[in-house]
Amino acid sequence: MNVESLYQEIILDHYKNPRGKHPLAEAEGESYQVNPTCGDEVTVQVARDRDGHLHVGYEGQGCSISQASASVMAEMVEGMDVSTADAVRHAFVELMHSKGAVEPDEEVLGDGVAFVGVAKYPARIKCALLPWMALQDAQVKAGIGTEDQGEAR
Amino acid sequence: MTKPLDVARIRRDFPILQRTVRDDRPLVYLDSAATSQKPFQVIDAESDYYRSCNAAVHRGAHQLAEEATDAYEGARAKIAGFVHGRPEDLVFTKNATESLNLVAYAFSNGAAKAQHGDDAIDPRFVIGPGDSIVVTQMEHHANLVPWQEVCAKTGATLRWIGVDDDGRLDLRDLSTIIDESTKVVSVVHQSNLLGTINPVSELMAHARAVGALGIVDACQSIPHMPVDVNELGADLVAWSGHKMLGPTGIGMLWGRPEVLEAMPPFITGGSMIETVFMDHSTYAAPPKRFEAGTPMVAQAVGVAAAVDYLDALGMDAVEAHEHVLTGYALEQLRNVPGVRIIGPQDDHARGSAVSFVVDGLHPHDVGQFLDDHGVAVRVGHHCAWPTCRRFDVPATTRLSTYIYNDTSDIDVAVDGIRAAQKFFGV
Ligand SMILES: Cc1ncc(COP(=O)(O)O)c(C=O)c1O
Repeated sequence: MNVESLYQEIILDHYKNPRGKHPLAEAEGESYQVNPTCGDEVTVQVARDRDGHLHVGYEGQGCSISQASASVMAEMVEGMDVSTADAVRHAFVELMHSKGAVEPDEEVLGDGVAFVGVAKYPARIKCALLPWMALQDAQVKAGIGTEDQGEAR
Repeated sequence: MTKPLDVARIRRDFPILQRTVRDDRPLVYLDSAATSQKPFQVIDAESDYYRSCNAAVHRGAHQLAEEATDAYEGARAKIAGFVHGRPEDLVFTKNATESLNLVAYAFSNGAAKAQHGDDAIDPRFVIGPGDSIVVTQMEHHANLVPWQEVCAKTGATLRWIGVDDDGRLDLRDLSTIIDESTKVVSVVHQSNLLGTINPVSELMAHARAVGALGIVDACQSIPHMPVDVNELGADLVAWSGHKMLGPTGIGMLWGRPEVLEAMPPFITGGSMIETVFMDHSTYAAPPKRFEAGTPMVAQAVGVAAAVDYLDALGMDAVEAHEHVLTGYALEQLRNVPGVRIIGPQDDHARGSAVSFVVDGLHPHDVGQFLDDHGVAVRVGHHCAWPTCRRFDVPATTRLSTYIYNDTSDIDVAVDGIRAAQKFFGV
């Protein structure tokens, strides 16, 4: 186990070139989450269009893991139908709590698989989950899907 | 002349420093401001107490109880002596946070009781609207949040002494901050984030001049330099055992006898009483008044062993050793392009906690790289979030040294920082 397994190329790329990092024009729900031990911050905004697709924007500052995770999340779930987005979030949360024992499914998680190494560093799991918690909370506030409140905690 | 520390010999006393971390790298422990490591002398003292004379103190009519009480009170005397205080003026708590809360609650409890007609409360502990409490902008949350709570409960106002760009207190407007309305001045001796050593005796003199009680958070000073509580000029001084080679689970509060005597209790129950009736009670004299319940005897014994250890080295020598390491760390960090030190840039009136940020890198990522090199540092806001905000940084990475570190530890850390910069291409 070494840092290179933690900081995979995909993570570094998302950290340096974040996707979806902008406020949402007509947000229906917003959630600000902070990791009080290290000060990572992220605000996620969500909206749903007429076709039932989810739209996501975010702002944030923090470590590479939290910010790359936000970028991966925004890129992946943008435009997804709500139930698929929820499934992706579930899979990501499960991966983070797996202690490295779960083989991530790239079909479901896309770039999210790069976070597999994070699960072995307990102090960093919170960083990776932060934007996903914000997403869930923002959806709940907007009344968009997710019957699984609180699970990402 | 103080004898320089023999770091190689000292390191042999610390079992944990023999272990490796992350793929068999030697442990480089640079997180002593968070908690220090423990020499076997401390570990053994605690375990010997349990092996040989464990019993409930101050009660029981048997030999073990006598020996346990002696061990506990003997520890109190030794620890008090370490800071030039008297044993009867030293209160044991769970940690410095509890010591500071004990004091803060004396004010909110005092105010509440006075409001309900208890005129036996010393007016110094009766606080309310129009009164002010003064802290600094570099407090640990442990010396900030309890005072925010006191203000919320009593209507008093919180004021603070600002911090300048070099991480020093801005004392220019002191007389408008500490004034006739001030009832409490509570300040950190050495900042755990910035490393700044504050002119506390000067601040305590200001407190005294306006009739306010003066409190010093000495968590980061007592483990690292000679401290004489009388010279500080404070009414109350709080610190923790675990940062001075002692075990976790024990903190200290020293107080001027007359102040302790006047102070309302915090946690109440057994062991802190004088008499108890169904409808009221009277309280024991300090320090027992502030030690409700079964105390942390083994931990007190452990801190006493830590005091023996530090006394044998000499606190002058400890201070001199750390001064050299601090100067070295500042110099080495300054040589790394992109590294900015948060806190005093020079080693004058400065302790060994050195915080810094690296351009383009988040402290968490710096810490991760250092960890990969076997270096243990703290990252984050170090429980001094407003201080981070003052410097417009979300967090910092902090190196902090102690008696078992030498300059080679700092070299390993600096190599780790350079490796992180290289890896992230910044
Ligand atoms: C300056 C300062 N004050 C207070 C504390 C709180 O100490 P403890 O966590 O042992 O209660 C610390 C330790 O983190 C500290 O560094």
